[in-house]
Amino acid sequence: MNLRRDVFQAIADPTRRGILLLVASQSMTAGVIASNFDTARPTVSKHLQILTECELLEQKQTGREIYYYINAKKMKEVADFIEPFRKMWDDRFNKLETIMKKYKSNK
Amino acid sequence: MEKRTKINAEAGKQELQITREFDLPLELLFKAYEEPEIVEQWMGTKVLKLENKKHGSWQFETTDAKGNVVFKANGVIHEFVPNRKITRTFEMENTPFDVQLEFLEFEKLTDDTCKLNMHIVYRSVALRDRMLLLPFAQGINMAHNRLQDIVGKPACR
Repeated sequence: MNLRRDVFQAIADPTRRGILLLVASQSMTAGVIASNFDTARPTVSKHLQILTECELLEQKQTGREIYYYINAKKMKEVADFIEPFRKMWDDRFNKLETIMKKYKSNK
Repeated sequence: MEKRTKINAEAGKQELQITREFDLPLELLFKAYEEPEIVEQWMGTKVLKLENKKHGSWQFETTDAKGNVVFKANGVIHEFVPNRKITRTFEMENTPFDVQLEFLEFEKLTDDTCKLNMHIVYRSVALRDRMLLLPFAQGINMAHNRLQDIVGKPACR
């Protein structure tokens, strides 16, 4: 099985990215996750299954509820996952540099 | 080409380092952190308050086109040494994320170049990892606004 390819297929879907975003901020149950989307509950369950199968999400039983967690370790194995964070700062610093170069020449 | 902005986030640690070299004299880089009008330009947010002194505090706020507040953050300044160092806390309001501690060190390389080292300490390893992965999960170009509508708040600063 090509896990890497599977991971990228898993995150190519906008709803699944949305789920990762939700769960990244806080672990939650399938019900709570589904209530954040217009998509039908079984469809959300399917997405959760795919994300769990490629180990981007983990399940943990707490009492009668199953909570979904983001598997940060798995996600970090693919360098691309950190790249958007780096890019966000790079863009911001590039902007700072451009503004200050202009500021300097205006003085 | 070597990347100008580097992230160092070791596995299992609740901290990370962001380093960047600038083609700017040190004083100009520091000014970009000191002057509210300049901070507003490169951070893309409104600066409500920025007291650059020990025990001072700061407050940023971003509104969308309709005037709704989409991002709000605040913190206190613990150390403010011009052209050398800023130590401050950072807290995003109305999010499940705890406050984080930031050490910003400014270093002169040559007369026209300098370096910034940002050392950020989070409350836990899990929290750091979530912060690190948020821009990815959010998707930089993809369905950005839709996701914001879903979650009802910006996921990263």
